[in-house]
Amino acid sequence: MASVKTYVRPMQGWWRRNPYFVRYMIREGSSVFLAIYAVILLVGLFRLTQGEAAWEAWRAALTNPISLIFHWLALATVGYHAYTWWKVAPKTAPDLRLGGKPLPEMVITGGGFLATLGASALIYVIVRWM
Amino acid sequence: MAEKRTIEIEVLRYNPEKDAAPHFQTFKVPFSDDASVLQGLLYIKDHLDGSLTFRWSCRMAICGSCGKMVNGKPELSCHTFLRDYYPGPVRIEPLNHFPVVRDLVIDQSDFLKKLESVKPYIIPREEKDVKDGEHLQTPGQLHKYYQYSQCINCLLCYAACPQYGLKPGFTGPAALALLHRYNADSRDKGWDERAEVLNAEEGVWGCTLVGYCSEVCPKHVDPAHAINQNKVNSTMDYFGVLKLLMPKGGA
Repeated sequence: MASVKTYVRPMQGWWRRNPYFVRYMIREGSSVFLAIYAVILLVGLFRLTQGEAAWEAWRAALTNPISLIFHWLALATVGYHAYTWWKVAPKTAPDLRLGGKPLPEMVITGGGFLATLGASALIYVIVRWM
Repeated sequence: MAEKRTIEIEVLRYNPEKDAAPHFQTFKVPFSDDASVLQGLLYIKDHLDGSLTFRWSCRMAICGSCGKMVNGKPELSCHTFLRDYYPGPVRIEPLNHFPVVRDLVIDQSDFLKKLESVKPYIIPREEKDVKDGEHLQTPGQLHKYYQYSQCINCLLCYAACPQYGLKPGFTGPAALALLHRYNADSRDKGWDERAEVLNAEEGVWGCTLVGYCSEVCPKHVDPAHAINQNKVNSTMDYFGVLKLLMPKGGA
């Protein structure tokens, strides 16, 4: 077939052609917020090593309205990322079987959701009251 | 006889001898409730324009020849019905990500080369003469690979995979699912022979888990699962752990 003239269609704008791809791009894009959040935390850790004044200045910076808006936005996007993470978990999990039958995808995804909610609630309780 | 309705079908046309780029042509096609999209195309070929070129064979979703993009989604055109697109129009294009040879016909040679590269046949664990009988297998061993053996090479998963479109070197969903189908077979010992293809950047690591391949598969094969569980195998192979887990020399 190498000698036959063919037409190769462009890929430009591929992700806008199908809602499935749009959701995929949002899933991948939402991890950017997680990365920024991680950098902010690392900066906090670094400021802690510089002494109390530096640490308190970092804490004060977090109360800036822009910081608050970012953190709420990051919480929402990371929440969505966690949701999509469990949605694809059945694809990344090994071949799990129960009594010879494949474990339904719902069980893996649902179990993940419950584990995430449980862990989040536990952390909230620890941070808030302990 | 069921009442006939009419639907507009927009078909991508491309004549390599005349056209610099493809264009769409619209046909008005009468159809009955039981008419598939493929039957719509056959109506055009038989009654409106005999030059329209497309592939098909069995008309019953088993040969895997008639895959097309129907309103932007990869579908077997024999397995998709015009009534579901009424009042239309319905837009039919060749499968995405493949070079167009003519009209709705794509060049499959890249896939065939990749299929060959995964050695899609059993590399026997033990050589047995025919007179010594079959290689026996338990139902559990059969279930390990059965769904992957249902692949009909229709290429809908390649048309669903943006990674294949962006990086045509990617081995792709069906070939990697078939690679896993043989690696997962208890009669096979071909892991080592297929490892180079599987472990490569263009192998399982070319997948970013878009997951659409598994959505569009008309035979309910799950290529995304085959590929992504082999990222774990590939990692274990890299660190030399896999050999400890499968002492007999095959996955």
